[in-house]
Amino acid sequence: MIFLRRQLPLLITMITGLVMAAQYYVPHPASEQLLTTVTKWLQIIGGFALVLGITSLFHVHAAKIRRKEAGWAYSLVLYVGMLGTVIVGLWNNGKESIDGALTSFGWVYSYTLVPLQGTMFAILAFFIASAAYRSFRARSREAAVLLVAAVIVMMGRVPLGEYILPLSGDLSSWILNVLNASVRRAILIGVSLGAVALSFKIIFGVERSYLGGGKE
Amino acid sequence: MTRVLRRFLILAFIICLPALMPQTSSAQTMPQQLRVIDTPSDGGGSLTVLWAPSATDSATAKYQILVHEGGLPQDPAAWKVVAEFPANTRYVREGKSAWWTRSGDPNDHLFLIKNGKGLEVKSGQPYAVTVASVSGQERLIAPPVVASAEPNWMNWNQVNNLVLALMFGAVVFYAINLAKRKDIFLRRIPGLDAVDEAIGRATELGKPVLYMTGAHDMNDPSTIAAAVILGRVAKKAASYETELLVPHREPITMAVCQEITKQAYMEAGKPDLFKDDANFFITSDQFSYTAAVDGIMLRRKPAANFFMGSYFAESLLLTETGASTGAIQIAGTDSDHQLPFFVTTCDYTLIGEELYAASAYLSKEPIQIGTLRGQDLGKAFILSVIGIGTLLATVAVLTGNGWAQPLLDLFKDLK
Repeated sequence: MIFLRRQLPLLITMITGLVMAAQYYVPHPASEQLLTTVTKWLQIIGGFALVLGITSLFHVHAAKIRRKEAGWAYSLVLYVGMLGTVIVGLWNNGKESIDGALTSFGWVYSYTLVPLQGTMFAILAFFIASAAYRSFRARSREAAVLLVAAVIVMMGRVPLGEYILPLSGDLSSWILNVLNASVRRAILIGVSLGAVALSFKIIFGVERSYLGGGKE
Repeated sequence: MTRVLRRFLILAFIICLPALMPQTSSAQTMPQQLRVIDTPSDGGGSLTVLWAPSATDSATAKYQILVHEGGLPQDPAAWKVVAEFPANTRYVREGKSAWWTRSGDPNDHLFLIKNGKGLEVKSGQPYAVTVASVSGQERLIAPPVVASAEPNWMNWNQVNNLVLALMFGAVVFYAINLAKRKDIFLRRIPGLDAVDEAIGRATELGKPVLYMTGAHDMNDPSTIAAAVILGRVAKKAASYETELLVPHREPITMAVCQEITKQAYMEAGKPDLFKDDANFFITSDQFSYTAAVDGIMLRRKPAANFFMGSYFAESLLLTETGASTGAIQIAGTDSDHQLPFFVTTCDYTLIGEELYAASAYLSKEPIQIGTLRGQDLGKAFILSVIGIGTLLATVAVLTGNGWAQPLLDLFKDLK
């Protein structure tokens, strides 16, 4: 059992990791074919995993409704929304429009999901304003530097700002392309090395906590 | 009179000289030393055409690439023109291949025949290729060459990448061995020191801990790092008997994190406290997930929010809502474009590589710490190369000669 729970997953991880790493260096069509096959496998596994996810979703919200937990009515809305969409989708064979006319499934997508997503995304503008207000208060020397840099960049990125303060365009480009880019690169170098080191540890079985912890 | 006649004849000779002379260097010449080879280090489906530069190459003159599928054509009209470009462009030195895989002299002309523009280059099929030099109405065609494309098993252009990866791997494993033998200093990471504080606060307030693993699936190293940190957080939450909520965007990540959480509760000696639905799936849709998690934050008011892994536009929507509920927030991400939002709205932020270092920092295991040392050595190497390259480039510009060019080319190709 230990073999099935520990050694076998580690062996599969190592072989798959090495083969997929080698795939990067092999341009032969056989290698491309392998990548395509693996991607299809991933899609199939993802499809099965989705069943697992939806089961979890049903279970969590069913428990909330049963126990009448705070906000259980939202769970009911979720049930109605999800089952309603599935029924409408099956009724229309998953088609959003037929001969250019919206089906009821298409209507649900266009007039319910899309506006809701748009609303969430639109809230971002208000959150950016509140976050900017909080961070751009010049409470310390560092915050003051941040404030000045932010004002210059904002002025330089919009035509009106550059019209009012002509130098802001060049200054903003310099801040973004020199100061900001160098810091971003430093972060990306660290991230890349960290990701490569983690990949090595996983491929060679040094890091195995993703299997459910355990040092055995 | 004779003298006058002689002068007249000399003058007439000078005037007529260009017409009497054969084609001079300013006239067009046929492309020389034409070579057509299978493009090295590719998957087939491409031919490389090389020919020597000419003294008549200019922006006004042009080169044409002519191709015929299946060997030499019987009818000269069967040639297909696949490209036409100014004669002073397309050189080997401008090509994308590294210097160790270059097919010809850097000053030779280079053209890659690929699929497209009505031509499909199939592996194993012969193609007749020639180059015509065009100037005005005149067109000189080089003797054609027949070649075929073949797929290769190794991309030698990326061998530098492979060597560096192997070197880095060796350094990491050396550092792991070193860490097993002696103590290695680990600098303080405030964000990770605050993990205990955040869970402790949640325990004192009797509120749950909310942990997110990011937007990517288990293929992404940042998600794996987030899952590894989840194990440590879950263990601490289990030992403090604090409720843990882990909403997911990806079912496979959910299944993996469920196992990690279960193991953490067992290691903490509290398997009875483990709940299967601590990890739960919401949706893979970005803003639907965000709305759901915001709802959880507002209704359940978790005392500690962890944002680990990769994030996109939802980062600020999540963290601002979390900040409004008064939760202590710790973020860790390698998404550099989201870092400003996290820094602004969270109490602590693990920047970039600190996300990968978190596992080592929290566990203090020699293997994990050794990996960190390996990363530091790798960074030192990269910084040295950047430093030397910058110095060489600066000196080369200041001294104004090309002595440093080969070295700079080497750095460029090793990138």
